[in-house]
Amino acid sequence: MNKINKLFSEVKDRKLLSLYFCAGCPTLDGTADVIITLQKRGIDMIEVGIPFSDPLADGPVIQSAATKALKNGMTLSKLFAQLGEIKNQVTIPLVMMGYLNVIMYYGIEKFFQSCAENGASGCIIPDLPFKDYLEVVKPIADKYDIRVIMMITPETSEERIRFIDDNTDGFIYMVSSASITGAQSNFNDDKVAYFERINAMNLKTPRMIGFGISNKQTLESAQNNASGAIIGSKFVTLLNETGSPDVAIDKLYDALKK
Amino acid sequence: MNKPDKQGFYGQFGGAYVPEILYKCVHDLQDAYIPIIESKEFQDEYNQLLKDYVGRPSPLYYAKRMSEKYGCQLYLKREDLNHTGAHKINNTVGQILMAKKMGKSRIIAETGAGQHGVATATVCALMNMECEIFMGKTDVERQHTNVERMRMLGAKVHPVTTGNMTLSDACSEAIRDWCCHPQDTFYIVGSTMGPHPYPDIVARMQSVISKEIKWQLQEKIGRDYPDYLIACVGGGSNAAGTIYHYIDDSRVKMVLAEAGGHGIDTDYTAATMHCGTEGIIHGARTLVMQTDDGQIKEAFTISAGLDYPGIGPMHAQLAKSGRTKVFAINDDEAIYAGYELTRMEGIIPAIESAHAVATLKKLTFNPDDIVVLTVSGRGDKDVETYLSNKKMAKEYGDF
Repeated sequence: MNKINKLFSEVKDRKLLSLYFCAGCPTLDGTADVIITLQKRGIDMIEVGIPFSDPLADGPVIQSAATKALKNGMTLSKLFAQLGEIKNQVTIPLVMMGYLNVIMYYGIEKFFQSCAENGASGCIIPDLPFKDYLEVVKPIADKYDIRVIMMITPETSEERIRFIDDNTDGFIYMVSSASITGAQSNFNDDKVAYFERINAMNLKTPRMIGFGISNKQTLESAQNNASGAIIGSKFVTLLNETGSPDVAIDKLYDALKK
Repeated sequence: MNKPDKQGFYGQFGGAYVPEILYKCVHDLQDAYIPIIESKEFQDEYNQLLKDYVGRPSPLYYAKRMSEKYGCQLYLKREDLNHTGAHKINNTVGQILMAKKMGKSRIIAETGAGQHGVATATVCALMNMECEIFMGKTDVERQHTNVERMRMLGAKVHPVTTGNMTLSDACSEAIRDWCCHPQDTFYIVGSTMGPHPYPDIVARMQSVISKEIKWQLQEKIGRDYPDYLIACVGGGSNAAGTIYHYIDDSRVKMVLAEAGGHGIDTDYTAATMHCGTEGIIHGARTLVMQTDDGQIKEAFTISAGLDYPGIGPMHAQLAKSGRTKVFAINDDEAIYAGYELTRMEGIIPAIESAHAVATLKKLTFNPDDIVVLTVSGRGDKDVETYLSNKKMAKEYGDF
């Protein structure tokens, strides 16, 4: 069974926490250490960021992490090799997150094959159009049993959300707000109303809420309205500042209590 | 071949590769743009502004001395004489009318050389709309008079400090801003790039250039087509406008000049059609200069307006099909050609346009050949660059 489906079907009694980090930042060779540490520290799922030169949906923190990763020499091939070395130790789902250009250049089929061979269970491609997903990407992803996670936002119509729900599996990435990635101090009433509106749709696919989660208020309002939360920029900042995944996660847990 | 299919594809190039947050506003625009553009109300208002505000039609000028030098009948399409000094305003006038029709209250735009930024700030002042311009910090420095013009017009200019700090980075930052304000903001894209329907919108707005060339040639020489059309290409807007009504006319040869920078065999180039491979940039599938890991390379050229590692999807398709002949013009060739036009015809062209002029040397004409070359903008903004590179102008630079 795909690890993503397994996670959502098995864990029913608590809310999930998924973390994003940009592979290659702060160091080229830190990928294994970050993943193994997060797994040990109880993180449920990890999004492994594939650095890209022009990340259109990302704020300054992830942009500069990507720049640093590329300067460090990270490439998609190197990343898969790093994942391959730890694949037998990794029990939680890994979700590759990257822009279409890098994946297209690597080769769509080769990408999904590499995901399968190196222990990744899903991928998120923010600029992949739904039509291309259905016609080109999904058949290949299905062949390798890799979940392609699609996003919904406050701008996504109910009709389109139903369509996405019907045509995807694993989970739906629910973007908290009309924004790019980056920490926000609180989620206002509008956002909570949006969370509740989607919650009331009773979608078949579980949802994770991401973008802007950095403290207790944002974490709780996300977790109350979905299966769990995804934290990116806040963790990337802490990882960069401390250089240690263990210390970064201590600090993250502290921040999430406030 | 001048119009994309329903999904915004010109052959294999085009489409709309945008994050989900932009899906709705891009989709709304895809549904709205053709009915708006084809409405009588829009056409009346647009044409009136082009005439009375922009100063169209722009002249088609017979360049006698240059014609003699190159052994052809050379006509210059004088987009440099438009209000704000370039072809860019043809597009911004149209797009701001669309923004108003769609009920948007805030305008954003990217700019390289600053010409599109100035043209956007200008129409925002005209229509009393809020205007924010994204411009790479490198370009803010090398085109500072345009920055002051935008500020004087009431726009807020955001210097972009990511990447190479030029046009491509400005586009990325404008798209990020749009992601954060999808409801109230209209993004006035300056070139035939970006997600569908922008390449088609910009091409339609600029198509006034070739529409005029047709009747102006008819008046001057008694036939409505040239043997050659020549234009420079960065993202591709003035080139698209120049060739728009002639694309399916096989009698007309089309020549495009992209920026070679230090040369296409170096790492310092912006010649995407020579050096690019298929990829995705700023929401469009097109030719992109990229590394063997799919990272987008930085473009290099002396010309801020051509400093882009991608190319409009329409041009990618035309180049691939062999419909257009594309030359890469290096910095020194462009500077020389800029001085040459200045001394021969008394017209200081924008450095971008000077790339088009430089192709004349590379072509072999018959004396009767009718050649129309678009001077996309004027060189006032580039005087410092021309002066500091006088040496490249050889005999013309000795003053």
